[in-house]
Amino acid sequence: MSKRLKHRIRRLDVSLWTLIVPPTVWAVHFLFSYLWAALNCAKVGEFAKFPTLFAVGTVLALLVIAAAGVIAWIQSRMPGDDPPHESGTDVDRLRFIATSTLLLAGLSFVAVIFTATPVLFLTDCR
Amino acid sequence: MSASAPSSPDALYAQDRTDQNDPAIRAAQEERLRAVWKPPSGLFLRWTDVNNNRVGVWYTLTAFGFMLFAGILALIMRAQLAVPDNDLVSANTFNQLFTLHGSTMMFLFAVPMFEAVSIILLPQLLGARDLPFPRLSAFGYWSFLIGGVFVTGSIFFDAAPDGGWFMYPPLTTRTDLSGLGADIWMLGLSFIEVSSVAAAVELIVGVLKCRPPGMRLNLMPLYAWYILVVAVMILFAFPPLIAGDVLFEMERLLGWPFFDAAKGGDPLLWQHLFWIFGHPEVYIVFLPSIALFAMLIPTFAQRHLLGYPWIVLAAVGTAFLSFGLWVHHMFATGLPKISLAFFSAASEAVAIPTGVQIFAFIATLWAGKVKWATPLLYAVGSLAIFTIGGLTGVMVAVAPFDWQAHDTYFIVAHLHYVLIGGTLLPLFGGLYYYWPLVTGKKLSDRIGRSAFWVMFVGANLAFFPMHLSGLEGMPRRVFTYPAELGIGGLNLASTLGAFLFAAGVLMICIDLCLSPTRPKAARNPWHAGTLEWLAMPEDEDWGVRSVPLIESRYPIWDQPGFVQKVDEGRYFLPDAEEMRRETIITSVIDARPIQVARLGTPSVIPMITAVALGSVFILTTYHLYWWALAGAIATLACVLTWLWTGTAEIPEKPEKPIGHGITVPLYLSGPSASGWWAMFITMMADATAFSGLVFGYYFFWTIHPDFPPADMPDPGVFWPMAALGLTVIGWAATVAAREIHARGQVSAARALLVLAIAVTLASLAAGLAGPWAAGMQPKTHVYPAIVWTLAIWTSAHAGIGAICQSYTLARSLGGKMTPAYDADVRNISVYMHFLLFTAIVTYLTIGLFPLASGGAAA
Repeated sequence: MSKRLKHRIRRLDVSLWTLIVPPTVWAVHFLFSYLWAALNCAKVGEFAKFPTLFAVGTVLALLVIAAAGVIAWIQSRMPGDDPPHESGTDVDRLRFIATSTLLLAGLSFVAVIFTATPVLFLTDCR
Repeated sequence: MSASAPSSPDALYAQDRTDQNDPAIRAAQEERLRAVWKPPSGLFLRWTDVNNNRVGVWYTLTAFGFMLFAGILALIMRAQLAVPDNDLVSANTFNQLFTLHGSTMMFLFAVPMFEAVSIILLPQLLGARDLPFPRLSAFGYWSFLIGGVFVTGSIFFDAAPDGGWFMYPPLTTRTDLSGLGADIWMLGLSFIEVSSVAAAVELIVGVLKCRPPGMRLNLMPLYAWYILVVAVMILFAFPPLIAGDVLFEMERLLGWPFFDAAKGGDPLLWQHLFWIFGHPEVYIVFLPSIALFAMLIPTFAQRHLLGYPWIVLAAVGTAFLSFGLWVHHMFATGLPKISLAFFSAASEAVAIPTGVQIFAFIATLWAGKVKWATPLLYAVGSLAIFTIGGLTGVMVAVAPFDWQAHDTYFIVAHLHYVLIGGTLLPLFGGLYYYWPLVTGKKLSDRIGRSAFWVMFVGANLAFFPMHLSGLEGMPRRVFTYPAELGIGGLNLASTLGAFLFAAGVLMICIDLCLSPTRPKAARNPWHAGTLEWLAMPEDEDWGVRSVPLIESRYPIWDQPGFVQKVDEGRYFLPDAEEMRRETIITSVIDARPIQVARLGTPSVIPMITAVALGSVFILTTYHLYWWALAGAIATLACVLTWLWTGTAEIPEKPEKPIGHGITVPLYLSGPSASGWWAMFITMMADATAFSGLVFGYYFFWTIHPDFPPADMPDPGVFWPMAALGLTVIGWAATVAAREIHARGQVSAARALLVLAIAVTLASLAAGLAGPWAAGMQPKTHVYPAIVWTLAIWTSAHAGIGAICQSYTLARSLGGKMTPAYDADVRNISVYMHFLLFTAIVTYLTIGLFPLASGGAAA
């Protein structure tokens, strides 16, 4: 990754809102999955053999989560003072939120895969 | 841990305050603080106190009392089930016993206990003098007390709810099958949900805005992180239940058929709304208890907690995932398997964050020098019990297994392992840990340890056999069972275990009763490192002597001379020069001081408001509608009086110094102010309840082949669009009034507000005109019923909007709002944003959706 891009990523704002981006994406994807299945089953009676819409939604969710994770990863390695990064400094606060975001991105990534898996195995609305 | 790096501007604050060197000055300050924070005395007036250290203790004791009450109900049930074919209590009484046991433990013990403990602890943990809205805490407490007594008292009149703690229709909506108990449950507990939302507002704003200077997000005590997360969960979990309660009571009292399949309704809608609340609820009661571990484990491991960001991950991750689990309570309802599978997947995923935090605790103990104190014994023991409950949870999250175990004692075993290990025993551990903080005295280690072992054995003896009796086929909620089932022995063991467990609880009660006879303990008896242990054994009501500057997660351990500096007032706000109750408001991320907030003083008004609001719910239960309406008007009057006299007060000077050369304003408005946040958070809860109703509309659309039904009148396009247009104008006029007012054009702003009031009231009428003009009959079918409900909800909000606008106009005319001090108009703008959102969703749904779906259905 180019130095300039890294530099720009490190300057992005972080807050409690950015912290919850990955799990929010999970929640949106979860809701999407539920509605997709419920509407297909209630209104059509079945869902497509090759569920393009569902696949696109899932890949999109994974991409957003991965992007949030990469940004958080770069931010969490912001150069600054020595470990353990538990002081009341700007850089330690940034590193903390970034690390937590990264962890949440990991969890959300796994959870989206969990949610998507049943569509591989179940093929009808019974 | 090094002190803050030189690069930090915070280092500037940290210089010593030589002006605090004179002991006489300090004594004078203490004198003033003591006078300002003096609790009211007198037989009645003492109950008008609003200080968190009093209200929190009342709250805790009341919740503890309800826990003992519900425990006694459980013992009666276990006595009934001890032997086959027993007739100690009748089937009817047994129904009331288990319904009230579950409802009380959940609504009157577990959730309120978390709120109560947080009201006591949070200001201490944050080095604040009090939470931002002390009167709101008091209001929450009185609501809780009134609602709780109303619901639990019903069993003495043989009128307790008897439909199970989740009150499934149609058993509970048909008035010929269930009596007054169902109304008592719905209305009494709705009232308590109001107090829970009030507490959530208080706690969220407390954590975000009342932290001490320097306590950035990464230095927050983990308890505060958990409380923040749980309070946000309450905001999204409780309102769907409130929406469900609204529909439920409309069906019971007015005959609107939301859950009546014969008229197009569906009982499953209730299950959805209940469990959207009910599953997050499990984590709402579990996380605060785990939060207690996060405080006491570092103390007894004598080191910082390992994996701070991992714990935050666990708390936030659990909070999100817990909203994707609700259907796992409905695996047996016949939903498509693909839907079940999504929820099954999320239910398995939630084990990840839950496991992470347990490993973080184990790692901390491993890496530390462990002192085996009594609270730690409770913590470790409860983790063991909780883990068993968690593992059976993973089992029942697998749908095919759940079909076997559903509604059997296996589930009873699972949920009691979770709740005893995840809520009850941790709370007892917290009781032993924090008792010295509240009373200045330690509890007995000997009694505490004995009680732990008695309870530990009792819980396992009571609940482990239930796994087996459940798998052998014993269903839940039966008042007796035949001897031929061969589960008599298992049940007898469960009963013995339950009484053993109760004996352990009794030992703790005895320990508590002996406490007044014991001497005071030393200050900070556990040698903990977090802020709450600044409290003195001789309780001072001011909370904290001076608001400290925080540079570490464990300031008492890491910051040299910390306690002495706090005590000598060398940090911020060591005085109460103007004889007002004050605390420091800081910014959300980095906790920079931005305001000194004047806090509410003791007042009878929160109590009166709670009584008035309680009367609305209680009188409605008995169908005394006119009296209930009078109660509602009284509530409105109380709220307006409360706001008028107690909020957004224009200070006598614009700003004041808090020490170290820092001067901050005494008044804030807009998004940095705590009042704005309170409004925003309240409206988030309101919008969530509304989305529950909208979910109902579209839910009915999915279950019916033609919805709206072709042969039914609909509200048409004109009136809904007119109502929407009027709401938009009312919203725009209010926002314009805010902007113009800020530029000093007060008269023009007032004129705009008058316009806004008129237009908003017109939108109220137009909203109702649609279904009214079409002659929609809500008793005949669920379609007119849900349309009316959406229209009434939105119109009622327009009515409240008009009241808000009138109030703001009155504030301006009364000289209580000026361009420099304009919190009122900024706060009601937030309300108007949400009203606009509500109107858009409602009127597009009821006005345009029939056109869209009419095409699809044809």
